[in-house]
Amino acid sequence: MKLLWFHLMPYTRLPEDFAQRHASVWVDIDSRLFDPAQAHGMYNEFMDELEYAAEQGFDGVCVNEHHQNGYGLMPSPNLIAASLARRTRDAAIVVMGNSLALYNPPTRVAEEMAMLDCISGGRLVAGFPVGTPMDTCFAYGQNPSQLRQRYHEAHDLIVKAWTTPEPFVWNGRFHKLRYVNVWPRPVQKPHPPIWIPGGGSIETWRWCAEQDYVYSYLSYFGYKLGRATMRGFWKEMERLGKEPNPYRAGFLQFVGVAESRAEAMELYREPAEYFYGRCLHVDARYAAPPGYSSEATVRARVQSQVVQAAQRASSGQQTTAGQRFEDIVEQGYVIIGSPDEVAEQLRAVATELRVGQLMLLLQFGNMDRQLTLHNTELFAKQVAPQLRDLWDDRWENRWWPRPLPASERSRPAEVARA
Amino acid sequence: MSEPSERRVRVPRCGEARVWEKGVGPPLCFLGGLRGLPRWPAFLDRLAERRRVIAPSLPGFPGAAGHDVLDDVADWVVAAQDLCEAAGAAGADFVGASAGATLAAEIAAFSRESVRRLALIAPYGLFDEREPVADVFALRKDEVARTLCAEPATYESFLAKPDGVDEIEWQVTLLRAEEAAARLLWPTGDLGLARRLHRIVAPTLLVWGSQDRVLPASYAKRFASGLGGLVQVRSVEGAGHMAELDAPEAVADAVLEFLR
Repeated sequence: MKLLWFHLMPYTRLPEDFAQRHASVWVDIDSRLFDPAQAHGMYNEFMDELEYAAEQGFDGVCVNEHHQNGYGLMPSPNLIAASLARRTRDAAIVVMGNSLALYNPPTRVAEEMAMLDCISGGRLVAGFPVGTPMDTCFAYGQNPSQLRQRYHEAHDLIVKAWTTPEPFVWNGRFHKLRYVNVWPRPVQKPHPPIWIPGGGSIETWRWCAEQDYVYSYLSYFGYKLGRATMRGFWKEMERLGKEPNPYRAGFLQFVGVAESRAEAMELYREPAEYFYGRCLHVDARYAAPPGYSSEATVRARVQSQVVQAAQRASSGQQTTAGQRFEDIVEQGYVIIGSPDEVAEQLRAVATELRVGQLMLLLQFGNMDRQLTLHNTELFAKQVAPQLRDLWDDRWENRWWPRPLPASERSRPAEVARA
Repeated sequence: MSEPSERRVRVPRCGEARVWEKGVGPPLCFLGGLRGLPRWPAFLDRLAERRRVIAPSLPGFPGAAGHDVLDDVADWVVAAQDLCEAAGAAGADFVGASAGATLAAEIAAFSRESVRRLALIAPYGLFDEREPVADVFALRKDEVARTLCAEPATYESFLAKPDGVDEIEWQVTLLRAEEAAARLLWPTGDLGLARRLHRIVAPTLLVWGSQDRVLPASYAKRFASGLGGLVQVRSVEGAGHMAELDAPEAVADAVLEFLR
């Protein structure tokens, strides 16, 4: 099994009464809460943490894209990935997304990801999310009714740009380009592995199966609520006659490791309550722009996790705001315990959900660097060894980067000083 | 209130569209608002007392398919014109509400001969940052009815599921209408109509509900000052954005009087 270290880069200084005094952490979050000097420290610590995770032997480090969002300081994950490409040696650089419809022309994504693949020596995983309504339709003004059509055209264009040796004309519905000829080209042939972060839409599952891409369910609500989605995914794969290779599936899980469960309860309470109480405080008005969900999805009443959270808020149901850590753990949002307890739970979760690409959130909410590194080290040294062998006896990970041989990869050189 | 007659016409690229028709007299073409026509409203009954009311469904709105092939203003205007011609409404007086009023105005701008006279009820199409149009696509569930209508119950009964219709299909129909409106108007409702207003030379009535919480009443002045022909503005006391639902008789009478 592959173990990947995922950073959301949450702003860690939202006030305690954020959920009471502010309408939303996303889209129209109060910019006066943002202190650039503090963010300077956060970015550098977060990048330290990602580099540390790679050093500790995690198979990959993951970054993602959010806009106008208080729990995601990466409008451009490619910037962070570029730095990681230089500062890490073997780990996969997993960019869990460029939201394709947001780039005009979409060849920008083909170019930047090819740069990342070249700089890293072929360690890139190319994540292509549609993007949340908050990011795409509201922060970036995309028409929700056209978003998926634009996404699919961008996808087709990018893959063609990576795989066509000659310059070609793209006379698409939304994009017209007379000369497509990206330079540089990716190291990995025909192109870096493509992973699709998605909610629970049936079309996305079918499309991943058709294209032979990894489907990643990036849930903030843990394995208990993720079960139904992953079960639906595997049922659909079976129906389509796809082999049940667990490496087809990615899943995100929050984890807090300590010497004991009691200590974990103490250590991870504040960051978890911060994340679920303040970071997921999304105004319901931005959750479901008309047309964002396909008609089939609307019919099936399968909706993405964030939408569900926001709708719980809009209908006056319990939100995650004000939840106590006991409930957060009980509901499985965060898995905690001693290294052995965490390993046992994660092994059971990965087995039940049939996940080969397991993404761990070991920094969440306002967790500071010291605790993050502690969590990461305990996981790497004492949990990971108990999980690595899962699946490898039977399944090949066809969706993992194929870098240049280590001996042929450049290392950052010490700069000669005058 | 009796039901209108119903027929289906084909709109190139989009597919079938429902056309409702009722009344006798000179033809009057009605294009519905943000939710289209989920049912035949009292407002059209009142118009049908004096006019032959032709109400074709725009693509994606209840009764019609094909909004998902329309990508820009030109696509929408062509589809709306194809629809109105197929419905036999070319050259008629046009009445539009909200999103439908925008398209009625666009048709009048692009194709002067298609429209005899115009009555626009709170038309979209312009945007002024100093007095922004409300974002109807970012409303909490409990805000929708009171934002669109002065009387929320009026809105609710307009959208209520008719007997014998499947609940899920009805919800899908209403959501599709919202999507079609968003596809046309996202994100601000500014379709560039300001650059074409001078082309509209048909005599035009602008009707605005005094309680419009979506398009401030000052937009009537913005329209009036840009239009190329004779303009009248009528405010309807106590009505909201969907003025034709809040005050069917007052709005219908204003329209009938103007088109007399």
